[in-house]
Amino acid sequence: MLSIKNLTVNVNDKQILKGINLEIKPGEIHAIMGPNGSGKSTLSHILSGKAGYTVTGGSVTYQGKDLLEMAPEIRAREGVFLAFQYPVEIPGVSNIYLLKAALNSIRKHHGQPEVDAMDFLTLVKDKVRLLEMDEKFLYRAVNEGFSGGEKKRNEILQMAILEPKLCILDETDSGLDIDALKVVAEGVNSLRAADRSFVMVTHYQRLLDYIKPDFVHVLAHGQIVKSGGAELALELEEKGYSWVEDSKAAI
Amino acid sequence: MTTAIASRYTAEYSSIAPTLPGQNLAWLTTLRQEALSKFSAQGFPSLREEEWRYTNVSAIEKKLFAPSAIGQVQETVSKELISKYQLADAWSVVLIDGHFCAELSVLEGLPETVTVMSMAEALAQQPDNLEHYINQAVNNDEHNFVAFNSAWFTDGLFVHVPAKLVLEKPVQVLHLSTQGDLLASTRTVIVAEAMADIKVIETFVGLDVAYLSAAVTEVFVGLNADVILYKMQCESDKAYHFGGIYVKQAKDARFTHHNFAFGALLARCDIHTDLDLASECELNGLYLGINRQHIDNHTRINHLKPHGISRELYKGVLDNRARGVFQGRVIVAEDAQKTDSQMNNRNLLLSNDAEADTKPQLEIYADDVKCAHGVTVGQLDEKSIFYLQSRCIDEETARNMLTFAFANEMVDKIKIKSLHDQALEQVLIRFPQAGINKEWL
Repeated sequence: MLSIKNLTVNVNDKQILKGINLEIKPGEIHAIMGPNGSGKSTLSHILSGKAGYTVTGGSVTYQGKDLLEMAPEIRAREGVFLAFQYPVEIPGVSNIYLLKAALNSIRKHHGQPEVDAMDFLTLVKDKVRLLEMDEKFLYRAVNEGFSGGEKKRNEILQMAILEPKLCILDETDSGLDIDALKVVAEGVNSLRAADRSFVMVTHYQRLLDYIKPDFVHVLAHGQIVKSGGAELALELEEKGYSWVEDSKAAI
Repeated sequence: MTTAIASRYTAEYSSIAPTLPGQNLAWLTTLRQEALSKFSAQGFPSLREEEWRYTNVSAIEKKLFAPSAIGQVQETVSKELISKYQLADAWSVVLIDGHFCAELSVLEGLPETVTVMSMAEALAQQPDNLEHYINQAVNNDEHNFVAFNSAWFTDGLFVHVPAKLVLEKPVQVLHLSTQGDLLASTRTVIVAEAMADIKVIETFVGLDVAYLSAAVTEVFVGLNADVILYKMQCESDKAYHFGGIYVKQAKDARFTHHNFAFGALLARCDIHTDLDLASECELNGLYLGINRQHIDNHTRINHLKPHGISRELYKGVLDNRARGVFQGRVIVAEDAQKTDSQMNNRNLLLSNDAEADTKPQLEIYADDVKCAHGVTVGQLDEKSIFYLQSRCIDEETARNMLTFAFANEMVDKIKIKSLHDQALEQVLIRFPQAGINKEWL
């Protein structure tokens, strides 16, 4: 699914990622944990194609293609989905318009006709129920005036409708109360599939109580310093980031 | 402006005066004479006046726009324009070339205690009542477009809603101009007594000719009453438009204005409101300029007493060589403690030749107030563009979608469905490149 090899990234001539190696197979859930400033967000931004980063070395291969060569919208149409840490508010565009525009862009990309209006509505309402959202949200402007929890839920709603192959969840835990977290986690878990992989970037271990990862990687100073199974997250929670922060790169 | 040019207008006045409504009313004749002499002395406002420094009206001076006489207007009425803009779910008064058209107006079923009639008829039927309102929310000293309107107005609208009455449907006044070189000068008075609730829509449209539309509206919002006023300025793109809306809010009164400036070659709109104790006002505006349009909006919010709340958001999208002007003044009197005021003006420039001039002004004489203002002239937000790209939308479409969204935020504030759809249509017509799929909205 995704292969990151010795990736180095600069922001304003400062090296942020210092040789990342990561292999993600279809169906796997990987958690990337790390303290603030470790490069977690940079990694998710690089994968989704945000401007402002310079790749100085290494490669990222997604489904056999060079991901870094693709424009952000092409990545998205090819199945890469970033659930934002801070979803943007877009007054003047309704949620449902954006969903329809996005879904039809994907369909066009794959040579398919526009989605049937009734089928679309059925699909959307189905997913709205899954995420325990009010249908009225569909007709409100994208994220405008949403609470933190509603914004995160809306990200997962988009994910559920666009059915991506590689889902990157950037700090989905932060700003969520426990009830909202459970709903979001349930939404994510319902999307687990043999051909769908997840990268969860998170500062907090709590999210992993609800979405059980296959692998946990600890990022510190721009490198993965420790990798392990789900139990690593618990150990990390117990001992704190300082436990791994000072150790040498594991890979 | 020289008096010589003003005199071209005033020379015509003696022949026009006998046709104006309210001839038999001494107070109105005096008022018109005062206005005329003020206009004769100074003419139209000039760039030297601070509040007109961005808007040159010399084109109006060079032409001689003259009012049409009653009775000449029916033949050229464009039924198409009327049916396009007349709202089905409203009572409507149609003014053609500055004169009431009974045939096209729809007033059946109005509650008996509510008055909705043409200004000419109101001056004939209830002159004493009108004396309390005409030139009471504004006077001829404001500037000479007001004086010009006072002297020349041929008709207009009078709306009176008694205390505690909630008018179920909105009232629309549809101004249609059909002749070149025509002056359509109208005066509208809207009165909502205590705790009344009313929505009024002022729509301005015209055939594809050069005319001058000069409309002054005075609004009196009674104690704890609620008035929502919409303005849909869709004049011909050859037309000149002046609109002045002057509002007096009583204690606890709420006034909301939605100002959509889409048409006219040169348009200027003034919205002034005086707030009493704990009254609230909300001023929203959207101006879309294309080609060589010049659109000037001028607002003044006057907090006279404590605990007033004002919210103002004006947005402009300017393309080609269009120019948008926003001058917003908020005045907080010494006595107006605990005033809470926010003013925002945001502009998007879509071309290197487009121009936005924006001048927010806060004048605060009280010491315990919360006042904020913000102004932006610029480009689209890169974060939003990336967000849309990450949702499969290419950059160009994302930019277009955000431009549309920028304008559509104001359209979405319209709570009357038919009016909302009209405004949306105007936005889509002006920016076809936005590529918005109407069926998806």
